[in-house]
Amino acid sequence: MSIIKHRKIFVIISIALVVLSILAIFVFGLKIGIDFKGGALTEISYSDTRPDQSTIESAVSSLGFGTILIQPAGDKEYIIKSRDLSEKEHNDLLEVLSINNSYKFEEKSFNSIGPSVGKELTRRALLSIVLVSLAIIIFIAYAFRKVSKPVSSWKYGIIAIITLLHDVLIPVGIFTMLSKYYGAEVDTLFVVAILTILGVSVSDTIVIFDRIRENLRNHDSHKKIDFKEIVGRSVNQSFVRSISTSLTVILVLLALVFFGPITTKYFSLMIMAGMFFGTYSSIFLASPLLTYAEDWQDRDNK
Amino acid sequence: MKKGILGALIILALGTYLGVFVFKSEPRLNSNFDNEKSFYQKHPFRLGLDLSGGSHLVYKADVSEVEKSEVPELMNSLRDVIERRVNIFGVSEPVVQIQGGSFISGGDEQLIVDLPGVTDVEKAIEMIGQTPLLEFKIEAPIENLKVDENGQVVFDTDSAYVSTELTGRYLKKATLQFDPSTREPMVSLLFDETGTKLFSQITKENIGKTVAIYLDGALISNPVVREEIPSGEGLNSGALPVPVTLVSKQTIGATLGESAVQAGVKAAIIGFLLVGLFLIAWYRLSGLIATLALSIFVIIMLFLFKLIPVTLTAAGIAGFVISIGIAVDANVLIFERVKEELKSGKSVKDSVNAGFSRAWFSIRDSNTSSIITAIILFWFGTSLVKGFALVFGMGVLVSMLSAITITKIFLRVVNFGQDNKIIRFLFSSGISR
Repeated sequence: MSIIKHRKIFVIISIALVVLSILAIFVFGLKIGIDFKGGALTEISYSDTRPDQSTIESAVSSLGFGTILIQPAGDKEYIIKSRDLSEKEHNDLLEVLSINNSYKFEEKSFNSIGPSVGKELTRRALLSIVLVSLAIIIFIAYAFRKVSKPVSSWKYGIIAIITLLHDVLIPVGIFTMLSKYYGAEVDTLFVVAILTILGVSVSDTIVIFDRIRENLRNHDSHKKIDFKEIVGRSVNQSFVRSISTSLTVILVLLALVFFGPITTKYFSLMIMAGMFFGTYSSIFLASPLLTYAEDWQDRDNK
Repeated sequence: MKKGILGALIILALGTYLGVFVFKSEPRLNSNFDNEKSFYQKHPFRLGLDLSGGSHLVYKADVSEVEKSEVPELMNSLRDVIERRVNIFGVSEPVVQIQGGSFISGGDEQLIVDLPGVTDVEKAIEMIGQTPLLEFKIEAPIENLKVDENGQVVFDTDSAYVSTELTGRYLKKATLQFDPSTREPMVSLLFDETGTKLFSQITKENIGKTVAIYLDGALISNPVVREEIPSGEGLNSGALPVPVTLVSKQTIGATLGESAVQAGVKAAIIGFLLVGLFLIAWYRLSGLIATLALSIFVIIMLFLFKLIPVTLTAAGIAGFVISIGIAVDANVLIFERVKEELKSGKSVKDSVNAGFSRAWFSIRDSNTSSIITAIILFWFGTSLVKGFALVFGMGVLVSMLSAITITKIFLRVVNFGQDNKIIRFLFSSGISR
């Protein structure tokens, strides 16, 4: 019951976090990676010592490939970002990187994506986000079609969608910070992370709503329904389950972030944030919002 | 009760067998791999390019000159041609696939070439993209021939031949063959209906003359036509039916891939241990059972990866590790329910049964959205995303099934019919009693 009693505080915390995230998105912006805008990324590792960044910069600028970004990584590595390169340009780049054959290196990875591929991928990504959102909305509407008293079923749906937005916006806000301070870029995995958060975090909300539905059904029909009491009871009943299942997912994600492949670090971090705030929102946002919905409905009826 | 124990033993035996299979069929684990039966040798994990190292090339096919209805067939023959070239190049297990601009995405027709283990792709790229157009030309009329001051005919291929309508676009199939006498590789061409008609017409009208075959604007062969060839078969050359351009290229060094594999395996093991520890600490006996069920879940998943086979990528491993975390969800839903039933005063046995049936709806509903997401992600298409979506979707499905079957069978066995304080304590969880 205490969650519903203090519902104002929890809803305010959520609103504040969402507002902060939206601000972060506008202030820091999202750095779009080469997956979507096209370009090339060359990752090389020098075998002994690596040349100074300025040496590399002047060597590479002689090629005239336009703006080139050079980032040191690890002890002996550089990451070179440029426009997309043809096979010949790629070879030219590798040649100058040896600085007149005085440094030996190994090319760890090379990735060049033409602008047309980027455009295609962007379209697919946006379409997938729209499709997943629609499919989940339809699913929620279907799952709660039989619940109508005292709060009608479409309100469950709207609230589930609001919490979904909350669950996605906050990780994106966190991502802009990663983008700002660690150079993380929006790539295909970023989109996959968002879609996975959509799919996984809504399930928590659904389990609690299921519980409310069940408690409403089993309610003694002679007594007046105390909606707040039922919501509070349902939250209490699902509370431990929500936290322990999210905790297990967060545990495996922690393992992925700290020990897993480098390529999936930010991806795992984002899903972890999504899991955390998804659990928070299903307990502290979705259920309080339901009771607000009932309040507003009552006020209209009077 | 005996029946229940039998079921549990069968599951344990099956799990152990699958575990042995996973171990034996994995060259990285099994030091005796070379001596195993071929059944085992045929099923190692299939690693994606980002884990095995190699090159990923994306070509865009220019189909602007082609009728819409012919595009799928054209892309197929394009794939065949490129596949053949890559095979000639000697790459082991290359994958050439069409990524069509489907009616939903409406994008470009693309062809994806994966070359595992090859990072120096300069030559391969040259071979794949080098010959965009095959043309058939016939001898030019006499008037076109140039004659020099001495009255000699200047043999200049540009003026000696004129274009016909017949091009590589009308190829139905191109296959690699070896000349029976010289053992030299040659390509046999099979034209489609229009191509056959054109070809037979050209050969009919040019008996006794030469027909020139141009590749990429260069004359490669000009055999003399002896008779009409109505079948549309024959000739040797290999041309791409439509021009292609390389639009994206990715190479991953073998060392980078290897370190990703090691990191992925490490993360999976640590993640599994953390989850197991948490489950046992919090759910006691039920947690132990859940951990056992989770181990069998992991083995089933690994077995399926080998059997299907699923191409594992770094994102796929992440999807698998996340699915280990999610697999717990169904178990926890059931345990919490069982605990509640216990509190309401039911016997342990009744509580287990009621807990299962009441938790099922929540399990189903909470996993549906994940499965929907996995399906749409799989459709999203690029190999990276597909790798994740397939593993993640499989994980969610298998975890649901394993929770409602394996966990249930185990729980029933542990419930020996006794109903005392210890059993009740073991079935409870956390700080509650």
